[in-house]
Amino acid sequence: MSINLRFKTSKFIDETYRVSFKFNNKTYFGFKGDTLASALLANGIHLVGRSFKYHRPRGIMTSGSEEPNAIIQLHDNSSRTEPNVRATEVEIYEGLVASSQNCWPSVNFDVGGINNLLSPILPAGFYYKTFMWPASFWEKYEYFIRKSAGLGKSPKVTDPDLYEHNYIHCDVLVIGAGISGIMAAKIAAKNGFKTLLVDEKSYLGGSSIYDNSEFSKINNQLTSSWLEKEINEISKLENLEIKVRTSVAAFHGYNFLLARENLTDHLPINQRENKVRQRLLKIRAKKVITATGSIERPLIFDNNDRPGILLSSAIKKYIDLYGVACGENNVLFTNNDTAYETAMSLIQRGIKINAIIDNREQVDSKISYEVEKNNIKIYKGYSVVDTYGYRRINKISIMKLSKDGQTVIGDKTKLNCDCLGVSGGWTPAVHLFTQSGGKLRFREEDQVFIPDVYPSDQISIGSCNGDFSLEEIVKNTLFSLKKFFNIDNSEYKTIEIISGLNQSKRNIWLLPSDKSIGKTKSFVDYQNDATSKDIKLALREGFRSIEHVKRYTTTGMGTDQGKLGNMHALGIISETAGTKMGEHGTTTFRPPYTPLTFGTIVGRNVGEFFDIFRRTPIHDWHVANNAEFENVGQWKRAWYYPKDNENMHQAVQRESKAARDSAGILDASTLGKIDIQGTDASEFLNRVYTNAWSKLAVGKCRYGLMLNEDGMVYDDGVTTRLGENHYIMTTTTGGAANVLGKLEDYLQTEWPELDVYLSSVTDHYATISVCGPNSKKIVSKVIPDLDFSDENFPHMSFKNAKIGNIKCRIMRISFTGEQSYEINIQANFGKSVWEKCMEAGKDFNITPYGTETMHLLRAEKGFIIVGQDTDATLTPIDLQMDWIVSKKKYDFIGKRSLYRSDTIREDRKQLVGLLTENPEEVLEEGAQIVSDVKKSPIEMLGHVTSSYYSPNLKKSIALGVVKSGKNMLGQKLIIPMENKNINVTVADPVFLDKEGKRLNAKL
Amino acid sequence: MFLINCPFCGEREQSEFKAGGEAHIVRPKQPTELSDDEWAEYLFMRKNIKGVQFERWNHVHGCRKWFNMVRDTSNDQIKAVYKMGEKPPIK
Ligand SMILES: [Zn+2]
Repeated sequence: MSINLRFKTSKFIDETYRVSFKFNNKTYFGFKGDTLASALLANGIHLVGRSFKYHRPRGIMTSGSEEPNAIIQLHDNSSRTEPNVRATEVEIYEGLVASSQNCWPSVNFDVGGINNLLSPILPAGFYYKTFMWPASFWEKYEYFIRKSAGLGKSPKVTDPDLYEHNYIHCDVLVIGAGISGIMAAKIAAKNGFKTLLVDEKSYLGGSSIYDNSEFSKINNQLTSSWLEKEINEISKLENLEIKVRTSVAAFHGYNFLLARENLTDHLPINQRENKVRQRLLKIRAKKVITATGSIERPLIFDNNDRPGILLSSAIKKYIDLYGVACGENNVLFTNNDTAYETAMSLIQRGIKINAIIDNREQVDSKISYEVEKNNIKIYKGYSVVDTYGYRRINKISIMKLSKDGQTVIGDKTKLNCDCLGVSGGWTPAVHLFTQSGGKLRFREEDQVFIPDVYPSDQISIGSCNGDFSLEEIVKNTLFSLKKFFNIDNSEYKTIEIISGLNQSKRNIWLLPSDKSIGKTKSFVDYQNDATSKDIKLALREGFRSIEHVKRYTTTGMGTDQGKLGNMHALGIISETAGTKMGEHGTTTFRPPYTPLTFGTIVGRNVGEFFDIFRRTPIHDWHVANNAEFENVGQWKRAWYYPKDNENMHQAVQRESKAARDSAGILDASTLGKIDIQGTDASEFLNRVYTNAWSKLAVGKCRYGLMLNEDGMVYDDGVTTRLGENHYIMTTTTGGAANVLGKLEDYLQTEWPELDVYLSSVTDHYATISVCGPNSKKIVSKVIPDLDFSDENFPHMSFKNAKIGNIKCRIMRISFTGEQSYEINIQANFGKSVWEKCMEAGKDFNITPYGTETMHLLRAEKGFIIVGQDTDATLTPIDLQMDWIVSKKKYDFIGKRSLYRSDTIREDRKQLVGLLTENPEEVLEEGAQIVSDVKKSPIEMLGHVTSSYYSPNLKKSIALGVVKSGKNMLGQKLIIPMENKNINVTVADPVFLDKEGKRLNAKL
Repeated sequence: MFLINCPFCGEREQSEFKAGGEAHIVRPKQPTELSDDEWAEYLFMRKNIKGVQFERWNHVHGCRKWFNMVRDTSNDQIKAVYKMGEKPPIK
């Protein structure tokens, strides 16, 4: 590129600071202050990517976050790689590496380009229609589709950057630092409001900061000069905080907003070490002022997507802000006056404008006369009907529009150009307003949706509120702010605005062509390759709702959420369907406004901080003794303790055998513990458990089953009466928090008259369970002062004792069926008491066991685990636990439900034991249970809930739920697996020691 | 995200709270006297109104108190909060 496209006139570009960067493996230069897009354009590069579906060459189209085409991959193959980045938002730095996406082997020659030629057979809904049928073929199609499509590559290694979350509370949040945002921030801060002003750009002032036009002046100064002084003034205000490079992603109800503050992305990689890359700001603002501006609309005509076609406002920004000409021979195509501002910026720098094509018959504003004075040909009442050039536009053809704008007439004229600026008027950026729940109103005169009903204490000002002329913006901003803040005077005494622009516009959503619609490619959504033809097809096929058309054509479903073309899609729908704009509503804009990185979303919650881990006081001992751990809720529980090279099965078999043959020890500290006190404690337990509690003597323990009001089993555990009005309840590990919540709910809302106090004490105690025939000998050694005789300390009772000076509670309760003692001590003594038990148990081969062995041992005894053998569809009767349901009690939670017509059905699923024909065969938990495999469809009778190989019984055992299972004892059933059927017999769920002899066994 | 005015603690973030379904459904004093249909009415039937709804909320990560809320479910506006056992301040 020999031609110089850089005009050294911009104060935003530091020409003393040259920056080198790579794009598609080639090195280029730009200056500090450039975006990747402006630097590429300065190097004469427009073609940056391929479109998603047709792989058409695409160029930079805009200059901001609305960019649909110039989406690139940063630092491909590095840990910092990021896909789908808009080149228009990337500030360049030394060493930046960018590459095109969605093209192979290169952006200039792309194999997928064949799709463009095939496009007649790739209409809207093509993928749905073709590849979804027959359904079984989808897997095969998907592979090829995924390979040839896709937007960018996700990183393959750990993100080296730091992210964080910050909470911000402010009186006023101003979103957008354009002219109205700056004015709002100043008024807010000067009236004593703690104010935060944010803008997604790296500079303040929006598009007015480079508005040097003689046709829009404030107080007889250039807009840019006036605004610069304002910015200077507000930067000194005490209660105003300003954050640039901060993009509001979401505006939720109650003025809660999420914003991403970008801190290091504009720095060379080697300057980013140990700095926070991005911050997610969680902002709660008393008042929100949305000043997000507006987005220029493209125009929809045949082949409107070639590289070199840009928004007219983008061309103006590239020349005024970055000092970069987008072309040497420009044509502007417009339906309103704003393109003439672009024309004046080009004229000022002597850049050639070949012609201006204006949809309007009448063009009569001061600025248009000035443009004409510069000998620029204006084709009034004309439209572009086609464009030419593959990798860059080189020609357009234009025709006269008919009076009604529905057709083109007369001869076709061809004009040369290397850059075409389009301007279809402006669309207020109401995305955040609608996210907050705001309702829009359609303004017929200029065909825009503007904010109407505010759902919270907020206001929209400036062009996002539909004020487009400088005069309206300033005047209405001041008026609305006075009302919003309830103040008489704004900070602005007199403001004189001079504007040379006229607000007239000739809006045609889909410009007519001399070709039939089937032969045109007029893109509405550039990123997703949706054309006007696709939208019309969707309507022809019967879609009416905008939400359906959107999904069928994928219009607005790209990463840009259709910021450019959504309005045109709506316009084409209403024109085609013959309905009024506004009747269809708009599609829903969803957060985030621009994509967020996962890093920003998760912040510091990565690795070990992803979720809270709860560790028992004995955790370190388990780690030191080679335990494998299992997650139970947030707890890390010892799962099994492999010795030598044991696998899990081997370890569990050894542990289980040791526990039954001599002694085992389990860390049960994770069980939920709720301290219950008060004069009505017994009555309370009567109401929440299915069995009776009033007669439980002090010092005794009882197993309880808790139901939901629907009669289904909710939780279980042993509760001990410590005193007349004092109980300690244990719950399942996973259910602890919910049980406490449920009990509190009943106490506060249904039975506030009960004198009962609840306290969660789970973390206060360590619980050590020593079980097995030698357990008594071991605990007697640990606590020599206590009489452990069966007479003094029988099963299901409790004693207070001391280990040295440490107070402890000992419960003789059992979840294994063995003689078993649970020692509860203050948590910080947990590890030392555990070690004492290990020492005392040395001679008895005391074996630490984990949750897996615990599960096996209780399954041998047919004890249920709530949540494993139950799933909120089983009553105690279904579990064959009728014995625990009191017949005498008048009421308890869930009682009435136990004799509803549904719960008394005989054919409900019921808990049974299952024994395999081959005792070596262990069933899979979750496997289906059937009786007849020949029947079609096979009737599912139930499923396996627990299954183990029992080393004590030397056979496979399982629990399961089976329809009418209670009456099927001895019956043969089948477990159908992928390549075999396993024969089983229904058995009693208690496999071992049904009489409970082992609880008091003496060796 | 709502800003909820807990009657015991004041304004707090929604993330501190748990919603608990429709309010003012009293557990029958004598469930055993009820027919299946009457019991089912208490157990299962809820209004789920689009518009002004009376709800139970729990300040679960705060004071753990249950209270009532009047909320317009069509726009999430909270009209009132009041303690358990109190009469709704709005009809
Ligand atoms: Zn509270």
